[in-house]
Amino acid sequence: MANLALDQVCVSFPLYHGESRSLKKTMFAVASGRLGEDRKRRLVVEALRNVGFSLRSGDRLGLVGPNGAGKTTLLRTMAGIYEPARGSILIDGAVTALLDPGQGMNFELTGRENIRLRGLFNGLHDGQIKQLQDDVAAFAGLDQFLELPVRTYSSGMVVRLGFALATAIKPQILLMDEWLLAGDAAFLDKARQRLETMVRGAEILVLSSHSADIILQWCNRVIWIEAGQVIADGAPEDILSAYLPADQYSAARGAMAVKG
Amino acid sequence: MNMIDPERGKSPLGLDGPEPSRASAARVSITAAYTWRGRVRLAGADLFETWRLWPLVWTLSVLDIRLRYRGSLLGPFWLTLSTAVMVASIGFLYAKLFHQNLDAYLPFLSISLVLWTFISTITAEGCVCFTQAESMIRAMRMPLSLHAARVVLRNIFVLGHNLVVIVFVFAIFRIVPSAAAFSVVPALGLWAIDATAISLMLGTIGARFRDIPPIIGSIVQIAFYVTPVMWNPAMLAHRGLSHALVQFNPFYALLEIVRGPLLGHALDASSWTVALAYSALLVALAGGLFAVSRPRIAYWV
Repeated sequence: MANLALDQVCVSFPLYHGESRSLKKTMFAVASGRLGEDRKRRLVVEALRNVGFSLRSGDRLGLVGPNGAGKTTLLRTMAGIYEPARGSILIDGAVTALLDPGQGMNFELTGRENIRLRGLFNGLHDGQIKQLQDDVAAFAGLDQFLELPVRTYSSGMVVRLGFALATAIKPQILLMDEWLLAGDAAFLDKARQRLETMVRGAEILVLSSHSADIILQWCNRVIWIEAGQVIADGAPEDILSAYLPADQYSAARGAMAVKG
Repeated sequence: MNMIDPERGKSPLGLDGPEPSRASAARVSITAAYTWRGRVRLAGADLFETWRLWPLVWTLSVLDIRLRYRGSLLGPFWLTLSTAVMVASIGFLYAKLFHQNLDAYLPFLSISLVLWTFISTITAEGCVCFTQAESMIRAMRMPLSLHAARVVLRNIFVLGHNLVVIVFVFAIFRIVPSAAAFSVVPALGLWAIDATAISLMLGTIGARFRDIPPIIGSIVQIAFYVTPVMWNPAMLAHRGLSHALVQFNPFYALLEIVRGPLLGHALDASSWTVALAYSALLVALAGGLFAVSRPRIAYWV
């Protein structure tokens, strides 16, 4: 059983732009006795404010909201990357986060070496890593490129490698950002198939997307966030019909009807 | 499709079942900690995770070194060669300048320079251990101390290549270390602990304040001149200069617990006392700072 619970989570980003980040400014502030003021005046972006919900096995959550609403920050927080300034998170299960195509890869290393590192991170032994390398290479269609540094790859190849790598090891909790759904048509088709099997296998899915038909197709619950706060939480149809303009919603429903 | 199909009974990797990976399957509870106990517990968990991911730290460090010398003819043995060139050139020059006997000075200098190279690279690379791992830190949850451990292990490998130079010099001058030389083993253990602490501490400060690396660079440069690295305290004893620079100098104590026994001196209790005291202070400072700042590092990098 996988569980993911957020309780009153607040995340804020300090803005240390240019000079305020430097030691010089802090020293001068201390010397002139203005540190307190400086501290209070420190600019902070409140990325998430009192976000709380819990997910159990079987939940397929879609996140909707305008750009900059905090969707990606929320995904990073759920992955345990950003620790909240207030509140708490309980993650019970193996998490895979598909947040950006680079996936923390070292672009100077070869594809094969990057796959090896990921395998070690997941506690695999040598035999399993070899298998993982073959698996990822075959899926991403990178056979001869696997021996070259990742920086020589095209951006499409990086996406394919990142995607294959992240989905080759089955997670219990899968957190996805929408970048996945970019790519060439042939790969996209392959990726969708793989994702669908994976989504069926993953116990919890959290998907951030602007595409209403993907959310209607994959999710059984939707959270609408705006300015770092949960605006609404409920069944996909209810939330999307409120979130989207009427014509876009009916278009998405129409697309679903054609597919379904 | 040859992915690991969750629907299938058995996956080719044997990764199916509820725990696809030991690393991330654990139950993780993250609470914004206000109490010391909470912060220390989370920092301890971080260090423990790094310990468990040891094979990853090892591979990252090996790849770092391999990457640095990829495509070069000698590979990592450039490290050995460049240290040998440095020891030889400085050795001959300074033996003349200081009116020293080469037989005694070159072994002394080879150990000093190799050890000091370790100190200066640890402090320089420790400052950027988190900022350089930015893409990894933002992509997935992994213990942060792993990045500090990676810097330390990488430099231990470099140290290993440089030790060859010391062995050569000792062989040339036919120096056989005494039995006290076995104390080098615990001494190097202490070095590893200190190196980890200093990387964690400088890495945390360096992530928050970007002008730390050049400041630390200058401090280490000054320390290099005032510490008996190139010069032996005995050389300046008649001027009464060395006493102050030697007695309470943490660098001197740390150098001496390795260098002394190798050069055939007896075990030096006062150096060990100073070295252990400074190390305890360093570990406490680094631990405290890391416990307090660890949750913020992901925001800073």
